[in-house]
Amino acid sequence: MGDLFAVVMLSGIYSLLSAALFLDLHAVDVAFTEASVGAGISTLLFLATLKLVPRYDKKSRYKPTLATGALLIYGTLDMPHFGKADAPVHEHVAPRYLNESMEEIGVPNVVTSVLASYRGFDTLGETLVIFTAGIGVMSLLRISRQAKEESKSKTPADMQQQVILRVVAKMMIPLILIFALYVQFHGDYGPGGGFQAGVIFAAGIILYTMLFGLSTAQKIFNRKVLELFTAIGVFLYASVGFACLFMGGNFLDYSVLRHDPVHGQHLGILLVELGVGITVASVMMTIFFKFTWRTVKHKYNQ
Amino acid sequence: MNILGLYNYWIVVILMLIGFYIVIAHENLVKKLVGLAIFQTSVFFLYISMGKITGATAPILDKQWQLYSNPLPHVLILTAIVVGIATTALGLSLVVRIQEAYGSIEENDIQIQDTQDQFECQLEAYGVQEKLTTFDQDLDE
Repeated sequence: MGDLFAVVMLSGIYSLLSAALFLDLHAVDVAFTEASVGAGISTLLFLATLKLVPRYDKKSRYKPTLATGALLIYGTLDMPHFGKADAPVHEHVAPRYLNESMEEIGVPNVVTSVLASYRGFDTLGETLVIFTAGIGVMSLLRISRQAKEESKSKTPADMQQQVILRVVAKMMIPLILIFALYVQFHGDYGPGGGFQAGVIFAAGIILYTMLFGLSTAQKIFNRKVLELFTAIGVFLYASVGFACLFMGGNFLDYSVLRHDPVHGQHLGILLVELGVGITVASVMMTIFFKFTWRTVKHKYNQ
Repeated sequence: MNILGLYNYWIVVILMLIGFYIVIAHENLVKKLVGLAIFQTSVFFLYISMGKITGATAPILDKQWQLYSNPLPHVLILTAIVVGIATTALGLSLVVRIQEAYGSIEENDIQIQDTQDQFECQLEAYGVQEKLTTFDQDLDE
């Protein structure tokens, strides 16, 4: 397939189908994330890249032979069968999470309590990875302020003329943003949490940017403010950890935050998920803005 | 008959090899990133399918359910997806910069240009550059 646009759209469809499969495998939170990240933001970023690189490839390819597959299949023969409840995976730490998280954390969604509380340190690392990737994209796709000022006056949105899209989007965007907040704060009780909410929020703003133009969107979401917010999210997460330290507990042990351990856990998870959401949303928006500025620069400054 | 209960791993292996094949076989860098994404989802499927228990439900605690699937793989993969998009974004911005620097995102073109640059640098280091230009002029004449 020589057309990269078709390749990217098909990979988006593949992501959406795999989200449906995750749902069937009882991983509701993962399905949610894959649908919003894999099918949504990832496809968008690929399309933004396609605006900057040639759309068709040269169809030259190597012809490797793969014998690894046979070896891998041979390796699966000793694995536990699909769907068996007595597989070794289910015998170590998982029963503890399922049986005792309700008393220890008091949050029905076990995925959230493991993510934000039991393995909170791990999630802090993941948030830092996203922050670092954001910094990487910012420094790779940097453009000078002068070039930006020159092109600012002449950047109409590509879809400014599409009246139907604009009217529909005007109705959709507030709902998308409210849905993101619902996913953010309802993550304790149903599927959802900071990661998904951040991506959905960013998707709403990106939709706005695509329809009403980059300079309009950047009046509200200033570049400096966004870059500050990427750091604020990580800072909020880490400072909750340090607050636990100063109040006499371990790092990210939320039980000491309030008099009642379960209330403390609730507060800690809420703040930590908020930190994750802020960082993910602002990093995704920053990445998209960087790609779009690059397109604008190519269009007008050559 | 016993072997058939392992079909989830075979799907994972097939998807993994499709992704791997795309990464190796195609020269286009965007296609390589799509291949990496497929490789990545195959690992997600490996983890998530191991966490499933037949007849159980999603790990959101409720009084009317007794059996839940394993929540731990879900947590690991949820964060892996988001880290995956972060690395993909970084890869895509590298692709954009490569396109600006080389004018192409085909691996072969990039390698040819690199070899040429290297060759010219070596010639310059040995001071052969002037002789070459005079040689070119001689040829033109």
